[in-house]
Amino acid sequence: MAGGFPTDTRGNGLTGIVPVLFAGAIFAYFVSLMPAIAANEVIRVSIPWIPSLGIELAFLVDGLSLTFSLLISGIGTLVLLYSNTYLAGHPQYARFALFLTAFMLSMLGLVLADDLILLFVFWELTTLTSYMLIGFSHEAEKSRRNALQALFVTGAGGLAFLAGLILLAAASGTTSISGIIAQGNALKEHAMYLPILILLLAGTFTKSAQVPFHFWLPNAMAAPTPVSAFLHSATMVKAGVYVMARMHPAMSGTDVWLWTLTIFGAVTAVFASLLALRQTDLKQALAYTTLMALGTLTLFLGQESGYAMTAFATFLIVHSLYKASLFLVVGCIDLSTGTRETDHLGGLGRLMPVTAVAAALAALSMAGFPPFLGFIGKELKYAGAIAVASEPLFVAGAALLSNALMLAVAGVVAFRPFWQGSVPSGQAPREAPWQMWAGPIILASLGAVFGIYPDLLQVALINPTVISLTGEVGEAKELKLWAGINVPLFLSIATFVLGLLFYKFHVQLRAKLEQGFQAIPNLDHGWDRFLDGLKGFAKWQTLLVQNGKLTSYLFATFLTIAAGILLTLLYTGMPMIAVDLSDVEWKHTSIALLTIAGALLALVTNSRIAGIAALGVVGIGIALIFIVFSAPDVAITQLLVETLVVVLVAVVMLRLPSLPKAEFRLGHAALSIAVGASVSLILIAVVSSPLDLRLTDYFEATSWPEAYGRNIVNVILVDFRALDTFGEIAVVVIAALSAYALLRTTRKGDQK
Amino acid sequence: MNSVILRVGTRYLAGILLVFSFYMMLRGHNEPGGGFIGGLTGATGFVLYAIACGTQDARAALRVLPQTIAMWGLGIALLAGLFAALFGDALFTGQWLFIGATESDKGLPLSTVLVFDIGVYLVVFGSILTLVFAMEEEV
Repeated sequence: MAGGFPTDTRGNGLTGIVPVLFAGAIFAYFVSLMPAIAANEVIRVSIPWIPSLGIELAFLVDGLSLTFSLLISGIGTLVLLYSNTYLAGHPQYARFALFLTAFMLSMLGLVLADDLILLFVFWELTTLTSYMLIGFSHEAEKSRRNALQALFVTGAGGLAFLAGLILLAAASGTTSISGIIAQGNALKEHAMYLPILILLLAGTFTKSAQVPFHFWLPNAMAAPTPVSAFLHSATMVKAGVYVMARMHPAMSGTDVWLWTLTIFGAVTAVFASLLALRQTDLKQALAYTTLMALGTLTLFLGQESGYAMTAFATFLIVHSLYKASLFLVVGCIDLSTGTRETDHLGGLGRLMPVTAVAAALAALSMAGFPPFLGFIGKELKYAGAIAVASEPLFVAGAALLSNALMLAVAGVVAFRPFWQGSVPSGQAPREAPWQMWAGPIILASLGAVFGIYPDLLQVALINPTVISLTGEVGEAKELKLWAGINVPLFLSIATFVLGLLFYKFHVQLRAKLEQGFQAIPNLDHGWDRFLDGLKGFAKWQTLLVQNGKLTSYLFATFLTIAAGILLTLLYTGMPMIAVDLSDVEWKHTSIALLTIAGALLALVTNSRIAGIAALGVVGIGIALIFIVFSAPDVAITQLLVETLVVVLVAVVMLRLPSLPKAEFRLGHAALSIAVGASVSLILIAVVSSPLDLRLTDYFEATSWPEAYGRNIVNVILVDFRALDTFGEIAVVVIAALSAYALLRTTRKGDQK
Repeated sequence: MNSVILRVGTRYLAGILLVFSFYMMLRGHNEPGGGFIGGLTGATGFVLYAIACGTQDARAALRVLPQTIAMWGLGIALLAGLFAALFGDALFTGQWLFIGATESDKGLPLSTVLVFDIGVYLVVFGSILTLVFAMEEEV
């Protein structure tokens, strides 16, 4: 994306400004709710949706959902403002703004939903809208592939998630999330706890890209930079984290919960930090640090202590602020210089001063230097890690290593391009327009403001969030810049030393890591092969079921009929059969013989016209049976249909070569006999059982007085059962049109 | 099929079949017949015409596309059913009007049921011709 900033900074007119104002209004609304939430109130709004299933359109604003809502709508506003310039004059900007706004609303719905089904609907909506956003540059094949990969991975997780939600609703007897949480420990003692947990975590781990499902997230960087900033700072990938946090009061505290989340979180955090250091592309490096943050958040959710919960809430906010800011900065660098490769960047500090300041503020917060919020977050992390009763060394070690690596990455991403080296020849970087530096500078400064005045955050968001997470008041720990000389402080110092060493030697480290990671299998490499295999399998089984041979279709259809009837008879037992042949007259016998003769002729003839005529004889025989048993309407219909079928078939058949000599096929013969026998058996059984005449009597009694008709068959068709008839004629029309379309299509194909 | 006898005969036979099909439809409420049988009979007339004179002539004689006729039939049947809503009755409840009714004679009975039956007639008629014409032209 070379070419510098758009010259026309007015953006995209109304399509550019309206979404910004809309998102801003939503943000302002959530800000207005802050005092109530800070006073530990909970706001719940609900509208009946599917009352018969007890499903409501219920929304809940508490500390946790308000924190998320503020991050989503606030960062959303800044990202929309930024995009308006970043993509100024883009021919599909309206579409982009629509997708981004739709995504933001889905995300808000997700964090506010207080009903499992509603939660799932929004969950899937975020998957779909993010698919549109990641694949926005749809001309690029890579972009389409990566968007589809994100859709498949999170979509597959979504299916598991749905199964988990349904089990959860069944186990707790309600779909209301606050209702489930109010049940306290009931869920943890439920027999279905483990399956529910596994299914829910399958959904959240894929969505939040925990190892080994992490591979889709860096690929999702194919999206335009503002999208990455939005999706990977506060939204999309945090959806999984949000759900884990939401279910924390009801599901945490068991060994399975503790160890699954701790191990997956810790492994993801460390693994992702190493991967991040390996990258030379700024955006890719940031993508991996997002993984690290997700791992850390998951790690904290595994615990129960007040420290861990406070650390979770703080780090959630810290990360969203600095990550969105850094992504936006990278977008500025990209537009300004035309590259995102660290090796081709340098000396930008003097040419892009405002961007450089924003980057520095964000990076210092990310690296955890005082007096930034990142420092407090890191201190709390260590305090939280030490408070883990079971395995403090493991958790603290993982936190220390990933933090040190984070510091190194912050240096690579936000320090080196600006303050080291000089501008490579051929680049003419300029400062970004204000719309593009406003977002990063605001977000990054917030990290400093909250770091210096942590009380602001403490009362308004941290305390209420911790209450949502633990279900108890007063669990939250205090956010302080100076907490005295204690273990976390020493760990912080160790982090700085280790991190600076990592930064100093990051070029050498990168080469080493490159070798190391070659050895580790990566699911991304297998992805394309997996998809090809899936397509191959689909083709194979389609050819198996739809081989284009009419004989095999008919065989399958009749086999199903025969098997259906015979198996049912086998299970329910043979029906009572009583055949009374005393009232059979000569006319019945002769009609039966005629019909049988027609059927036999159709079997043995190898002339098509004789075959059609023979089938006609069978049809007329049946019509005669209707006449004999005084059903003139049915008989007339049968005769007319028979005539038309003969005409239709004759039209087609006469053009075909004559039939090959009829040969005996054992399988077909056996199937024919089976179908004939089972249908006859059923008919005899039906005739043997006493006929229920209630309906007949009703129609006879009411046909004339109520429907003014003497032909009961027709009165049933057009009056008593008119709705059924309407359905049937609709089917007739659809069938005719489909057949017509098919005939037309093949003809066009022939002409080619 | 190029046969002068069939072609000339068809001109008369097709007309008779068409008239007969209306008769079958109208008498349907009290005697064997009805929209379905009527539609089939009417379609037979045009099928015969198509066989004798070719589908192009048959289409020209019909003037309207058969699939259009089928769709109109479906629409008429639906309207006949919705008509009951004007009187607050359930969907597809028959509404009757007896023109010139006296104590002993019911007069001329008109009803939405008949309109519905006409819809059925048109659907069957149009659908079968859609199919037959397409088949004839295809082969």
